[in-house]
Amino acid sequence: MLTTLLNIGKGPVPSASDHDERPRPLVSETDPERRATVGLDRLTYEQLDELAVELDAIRQRVLDDLGQEDADYIRRVVKVQSGLEIAGRALMFLPFIPPAWLAGVASLSLSKILDNMEIGHNVMHGQYDWMNDPALNSKQFEWDIVGPAAGWKMTHNYEHHTFTNIHGKDRDIGYGLVRIDEDQPWHPVYLANPVLAFGLMFIFEWGVMLHDLELDKLQSGEETWEQVKARNAGTLRKIRRQVVKDYVLFPALTGPFFLSTLAGNFSANIVRNIWAFNVIFCGHFPADVETFSEESAENESRGQWYLRQVLGSANISGSKVFHILTGNLSHQIEHHLFPDIPSRRYPQIAPEIREICDRYGLTYNTGSLGKQIGSVAKKLFTLGLPPRKDAAATPAAARRDDDLAA
Amino acid sequence: MSTDRRPRRGLARRLLATRLADHLTAPHGVDRFLEQLDPLLTVHQVRGVVSEVVHETGAASTVVLAPNDAWTGFRPGQHVQFGVEVDGKRRVRVFSVSSSTARDDGRFSVTVKAHDDGYVSQYLHREMAPGTVVYLSEAEGEFVLPEEVPGGLLLLSGGSGITPVMSMLLSLRDAGHTRPVTFLHYARSADDEIFRGALDEVVATCPWATVRRVYTREPGAGDLQGRFTTAHLDLLGIDPATTPTWACGPAGLIETVRKTYAEAGAEQMLAVEYFKVPKVDLDAADATGTLSLDSAGLDVPNDGRTILEQAEEAGLTPEFGCRMGICHKCTVKKKHGAVRNVLSGEVRADTDEDIRICINKPVGDVCVAL
Repeated sequence: MLTTLLNIGKGPVPSASDHDERPRPLVSETDPERRATVGLDRLTYEQLDELAVELDAIRQRVLDDLGQEDADYIRRVVKVQSGLEIAGRALMFLPFIPPAWLAGVASLSLSKILDNMEIGHNVMHGQYDWMNDPALNSKQFEWDIVGPAAGWKMTHNYEHHTFTNIHGKDRDIGYGLVRIDEDQPWHPVYLANPVLAFGLMFIFEWGVMLHDLELDKLQSGEETWEQVKARNAGTLRKIRRQVVKDYVLFPALTGPFFLSTLAGNFSANIVRNIWAFNVIFCGHFPADVETFSEESAENESRGQWYLRQVLGSANISGSKVFHILTGNLSHQIEHHLFPDIPSRRYPQIAPEIREICDRYGLTYNTGSLGKQIGSVAKKLFTLGLPPRKDAAATPAAARRDDDLAA
Repeated sequence: MSTDRRPRRGLARRLLATRLADHLTAPHGVDRFLEQLDPLLTVHQVRGVVSEVVHETGAASTVVLAPNDAWTGFRPGQHVQFGVEVDGKRRVRVFSVSSSTARDDGRFSVTVKAHDDGYVSQYLHREMAPGTVVYLSEAEGEFVLPEEVPGGLLLLSGGSGITPVMSMLLSLRDAGHTRPVTFLHYARSADDEIFRGALDEVVATCPWATVRRVYTREPGAGDLQGRFTTAHLDLLGIDPATTPTWACGPAGLIETVRKTYAEAGAEQMLAVEYFKVPKVDLDAADATGTLSLDSAGLDVPNDGRTILEQAEEAGLTPEFGCRMGICHKCTVKKKHGAVRNVLSGEVRADTDEDIRICINKPVGDVCVAL
């Protein structure tokens, strides 16, 4: 006997108003009564609540407005990316025409950049889940990079976006490789800070993959080897697929040009690595971006969570095309406030966010790519050196708490 | 009975469907590139274009579809997932195929009654135009006629449940079937009967088919009176114990038919398919209905908590992460039914949509792929 439901009645109204993939504020498991102190050096609890009301209103207004235009936009980006990829692969067949190889590398690099940033990063945040299109769904999307989507969604969407810039919780502070914040304890290995960062830039996709494996959970005893293996079951398969595609199949297809195609594909991956590294290091590491202690953020209100996102992020100014190529991570502040809203909306709401920040006296950290990279580089150099004695005695987070108590 | 009238794929299309093509286009797959040229060019994903919309009697519409060559045909009685995009949002419903397998143009149709609160059915009825691209699935479902069709069978239906058995009847006719078939259909009234014209034609041209129509709200009209009872079978000279029967209709009808066959000890002669519109209860009384955990084959009474909690209570260990709607690790396919987002209070009732089970609770009957 069979029972199958054949028709379903009422569906939701055709809007994305109910779309909600945003992170929740932190809750303390041991002390549910204590109120978080984040932001009290600048605003009162009442002001923080007002800030939350204003930002929630912007969020709801954008959600209510999502529709055909947003769907058309992301599909247009996908179309351009697909075209660039096909062009890039095809041009590798013509390395005997001098500019063809270079044009192929450029096409393929742009394709990978769009795929990873404006498409992959944003789709995997659930920005387009409301479309109910399996090809643009956060659960199903896989990107053109060696690290599988699943591991990245865990460390990025959950850990980084929930615990943004909280020491001990946000593994993105220095990526467990470099010292980028003065509250990270200094170690002689950080003398190599600039070298490590420079090296990471070229192999960034492999760095991201390793970072997402979270092998440190093995070291800390948080997980057993079996658990680590089970959690990362898809990684080897993903690596194999990526490597076989770029370094075996496509080179083989071009026959006598095997080596030139291999070099072209390798170059495209490196270009993407350099670009992604620079954009991402500018997101949270420029000077004046703040970090927080877990204690100060526990039981935070929505307003405090919002404040933490603003103060913990930095924007990059640039042209429209530049913003698209950064996956609109150049609007890191807007992205961290509303990580599940389609990225094309960030530039639209940026002036309003900036005005609100000005009104509440919150630093809206922005600057050109050159300025922000310079700022990050300077920190990499200075923080690699052993801290001066007086600074080491009172880390920044403790200093802020002292100010409050005073 | 089955059909596969696809034109044979040429060499290029066959190459595109190979694993090599899949590896070359990883991680997105070959369809992602093909659809940039034309959404119907996909080699794996089934899609179709609407070639005709026919308004039937009883506020129903028949949508004729020309599927692309990823479609592998259907067996009469099966259904397809039917996705349309409105305002950038894809809505998927499941409809039975209503046409004969014998169409030589490879097309098939679904026939849908417009429900007042059915967004997609209203859209099909009012707005769907030829040329619209529809996101389909392969034909699915086990409510089908066997390869060897027995004689003396009964096709029984109520309301919109007529669509799969109509496909069976028309397919039998077109396949040259000549052994006796009884077609017993219950509609509210003659005006409400979806395939009146098509059935009249069968009556006129198929001497092997006995068509009996009952109008439950029009006493005196129709061939028999009132709702289905065992007496109706007696009047038609049908013995459940010796009559292979396919029945599709609303829950009430199917339950009565089931009971009749059970009492006659003839359950093995009966195949049924439900047709029903779930009640979306928007009031506080959410904790009604049954939560079906499909993969585990478990049914538990809905106790009003989130699906994740209820599944764990039932002994399952679904994957989860933050348990507060952030990380998407717990997302599973909801096959049907309505759920309420405990954060936003929104109710969603789409078929085959992804939900985060940590922040959704069932509203009435819900089936999830857990």
